[in-house]
This record gives sequence, C-alpha cells and structure tokens, in this order.
Amino acid sequence: MSAPNTTPNTTPATTTPARPRPPGFGLAGWAVLLPAAIYFLLPLIMTVTFSLWEGHGQYGFAAYRALLGRPELPTSLLLSLELAVATAAALLFLLLPAMIFMNLYAPRLRPAFEFIATLPFVVPAIALVAGLSALFTGPDWLIGSPFYLVIPYFFLALPYAYRALDVGLMALDLATLTEAAQSLGAGMGQVIRLVVLPNLRAALVGSLLLTLAVVIGEFTFANVLLFRTFAVFINQVGQHEATEAAALSVVSFLITWGAMLGVLLVGRGSAPVAGAR
Amino acid sequence: MAPRGENLIRARVRAPVAWLFIGAFFAVAAAFMVAPTAMLAVQSIYGDDGFTFAFIASLGDYRYRVAFENSLILSIASATVGMIAGGLIAHAVLRPGAPTWLRSAVTSFSAVAANFAGVPLAFAFIATLGSLGLLTTMLKNLGIDLYAAGFSLYSIPGLTLVYSYFQIPLMIIIITPAIQALRPAWREAADNLGASPGQYWRMVGLPVLAPSLLAGWILLFGSAFSAYATAYALTSGNIGLVTTEISNVLSGNVMEEPGTGAALSVGMIVVMVGVLLISTRLGRRAARWTPRR
Repeated sequence: MSAPNTTPNTTPATTTPARPRPPGFGLAGWAVLLPAAIYFLLPLIMTVTFSLWEGHGQYGFAAYRALLGRPELPTSLLLSLELAVATAAALLFLLLPAMIFMNLYAPRLRPAFEFIATLPFVVPAIALVAGLSALFTGPDWLIGSPFYLVIPYFFLALPYAYRALDVGLMALDLATLTEAAQSLGAGMGQVIRLVVLPNLRAALVGSLLLTLAVVIGEFTFANVLLFRTFAVFINQVGQHEATEAAALSVVSFLITWGAMLGVLLVGRGSAPVAGAR
Repeated sequence: MAPRGENLIRARVRAPVAWLFIGAFFAVAAAFMVAPTAMLAVQSIYGDDGFTFAFIASLGDYRYRVAFENSLILSIASATVGMIAGGLIAHAVLRPGAPTWLRSAVTSFSAVAANFAGVPLAFAFIATLGSLGLLTTMLKNLGIDLYAAGFSLYSIPGLTLVYSYFQIPLMIIIITPAIQALRPAWREAADNLGASPGQYWRMVGLPVLAPSLLAGWILLFGSAFSAYATAYALTSGNIGLVTTEISNVLSGNVMEEPGTGAALSVGMIVVMVGVLLISTRLGRRAARWTPRR
C-alpha cells in the first residue's frame, strides 16, 4: 500500500492525450491524488479512532481523560513551551541583530554567516548531541538545566530562520532606510524597532511559529540529554499505553497544524520545513 | 555634505555595538557548533593510548556496516518514493484544470505533514499498521493477515512507508516552484510541432526539471539519513541505523568507547557534506531555468 505502487504510470499518465486540453481536472489527476489522499488521511483517521477506543467496542474520551490525569503532561508540555519561547528569544536577540548589522556594516562576512547556517544540516542532530556531550561535561548549572537544550534548538531552527530572515532583509534597502531614519534623528535602536522590525514581520512570525512546532516535537536532543520534554513524554507513554499515545499524536498533530496555519496566513503561502525527524 | 559626514561618524560610533552582536553570534556558533564537531573528529582518532585508527576501522565491523547499509537503503528508498510521488502530486495539482481549493489544500497539508514527524508520527503509524493497529486488525477480520504475509512496520520497508509520510510533502514543497517555472510556451511549441505528451516530457519537461528533481532527491536523502526520532520510537533501536547506533553508544546501551560513537558521527557528517556539495552544484544548474525576478 505504499505510494509508488499506487502510481504505476509515470510521467505520461499525468497529462491527458487530447490536443485541445480539457478544462477539467482529468482522470489522470485523480489517479494520482486519490491514492495519495488515502495514504495521507488513513493514518490520521485511524489514529483518531484508535485514541477513542476504550476496548470491547466502546468508544469515548477515556484516553484523553487518563492523559489529563497524568501530572507529567502539564509539566512536560510547559517545559517544551518554555524552551520554544527561549529558543525564539535566542533567535530574536542573537541571530536577528547579528544579521542586521552584518548587512549594514560587514556584508563581506555573509559567506561566514551562510556557512554557519548550513552547518546544522551537515551535522545531524544526533551527531551534534554526541559532540556536545563529549565537549561539555560541566558546569552543572549549564548542562544540568533543561534550558541547556536552547543551545541545540537554536541551531536546529537556524537554517530555516536564517533563510527566512535573509530573504526579508534582502528585500529591504537597509542602508538607505537606516540613513533616512538617522538623518531624521533616530538612533540605531529606534531604527531597528521602528523601521526594520515592522518590515520583517512576516519573516519573523513565520520563523517563530516554525520554531514553536519544531521545539515542541523535538525528541533527539531531549532524549539523549535526559530531559523530560513533551516528545520524550509521548514516547514514554507510548511504550505502555497505546491509546494514550495515539491521543498524544492527535494533540501534537493539531499543534503542528495550528503553527503551520499561522505561518501560511502570515507568509505568502510558501510552506516552511525544518527540524530533526 | 555635512549631514552625510555626520551619518558616517554616527555609523562608526554605532559600529562597536554592531561588532558586539556579530561577535556574539560567531562566538556561540564556534563554541556550540564548530567546537563540538571538531571534538568528534578528534575523539574519533584519539583513544586512551593516543592516536589510533581503531575507531575508524570499527566502522567496518559487521554491526556498523549493517547500520550504514540500512541507513543508506532506507534513505535512498524513501527519497525515491518521495521524489516520484511528490513530483506527480505537485504536477497534478498545478495543472491548469486543477481546482484552486485543491491546490491550496495540498499546499497547506504538505506544510503540516512535512513538519509532522518524529515520535507522534511513529505512534500514528503504530496505531494504524502496528501489529495491533486498527487497520491491521480490520484487514485481519476481512481475512487479510498483513503480518503473516511478511509485512512488518518495524522493518526497513515499514520504516520507508512511515518516512514517506514526511518525504512526499517535503518534495511537493521543494518541487512546486520548479514546476511552476515550466513555461506554458514550451508546451505549446511542442504541441504545435506535433509532439505527443510523452515526447514533450521526455525531451523538454523532464530534462528541464531534472536538476531540481535530483536536488530535491538529495535533500530528501539527507532528511531521512539524519532522522532519528521516528526510527527510535518505532523500533526502540532494534533495527540498526547509524543514528540509532550513535544513540546506543551515547546512552551506554552497548559496551563501546565514545570513540566509536564519534567515528560513526564523523561518517555521517562525511556523507552529509557529500550530499550538500552535490545539491549545491545541481541547484546552480537548476537556477538556469528559473525566471529572474
């Protein structure tokens, strides 16, 4: 039942042979889309149904109620949300100013920025966490705190956030805008707050929502470094309680969906992709 | 000229703040990204007794050879499925006759599904097609026993099926701009010259799309190759992949020295660097056909 078997005819199948092209969507189009729809929707429908299963033909919200009764649910979800906010703050206060100033004063450093933004793609999450734990065995206030995770999460979000902000910044004539604002008496802080940030709104909101989705679902770093985040909690529940795990999958699908809806509404319809799988 | 000069002075006065921020970014990147990577390289060739090739050589052990093989097969299979299915779906919904609602539905669903990965995705598939999954049981009641027929979700084909759930949408997102850049004029010119649709695709469409398709394939390969959470939640590390083997070393599940984990990581990084080099090269060729804006 995998997707390639369902589309046996390759390229020619997708175009109808009739010379005056029919206005409709065509049989070939449905022949591609229908199996795809089944592949993508079936697991979702099954997971929702499974999460409502109470055994012996009974359906209800027992799994969701059981989840709400677990004290780890609010604590792990809250921790993941806090980490998401902290990572977003790191992007805002570390990456964004550096990028603005690089564009203004040191455009020659652009290749170095590009290089750093590519590194997280080349060094997979599991390799980075191996390197981090080899290098840093202390101090305890750093590696013992769950907020240590903000460091790898910053790099997890970096490639996408860099790309989005770079596109946004390139569209602005930063030098002229800054000069104009400064000649009107604005300081650098005012320039950034009143001129640059409003122009970057779409790119910023998009990156921050994506960061939220990525951090809430992130498992690799948290699991290896032994912090109890939301994804680690899901995994733990799933080892014993199948219906509750399905319920948590539904919840996290809804969270991802909400975040992406926000990105698509704010951005101009381009779909973002990031994170470790 | 006075205000301009004043601005220059102002700019120079502000520059220290600018360098502070740029420096902070570089410092963080050096300390927490470059240094850990360098540490892996060092760890993979230095043991307790100094310089050694033992760790690198251990990559040839049966266990780790299988892990690299599994990772490569899984990445190649899921990237190929993703490229073909994603390309066909993107092409289908971008056709002139396709309804607009369908187009936006596919776009937004792709954004969600491409980012819906890891542990929740694994459990969604366990609930559906696991040995006690809903679909498995339903089919069993209909007389179709998937697991008796040799299917298993906890195998490389099973993992490929699960990975496709984020690979296909990823490809749709990557390839859509390239398909949109196919100019209708090319199609019309081919039609006027008497080309069949098959000929158009073989001689015009696919050659133009090929670099983008390959670049997309390589990105998908990378995303599958470095994936860890989905496989871990699905198989609890029972199927050896490079990522799960690294985590086994890290968590002390296997009696191996850290050097082995470092050597595995370095092996992954080497593969990913190769992937990136090829994709940048192909991306440059693809850029030839995209309209300049």
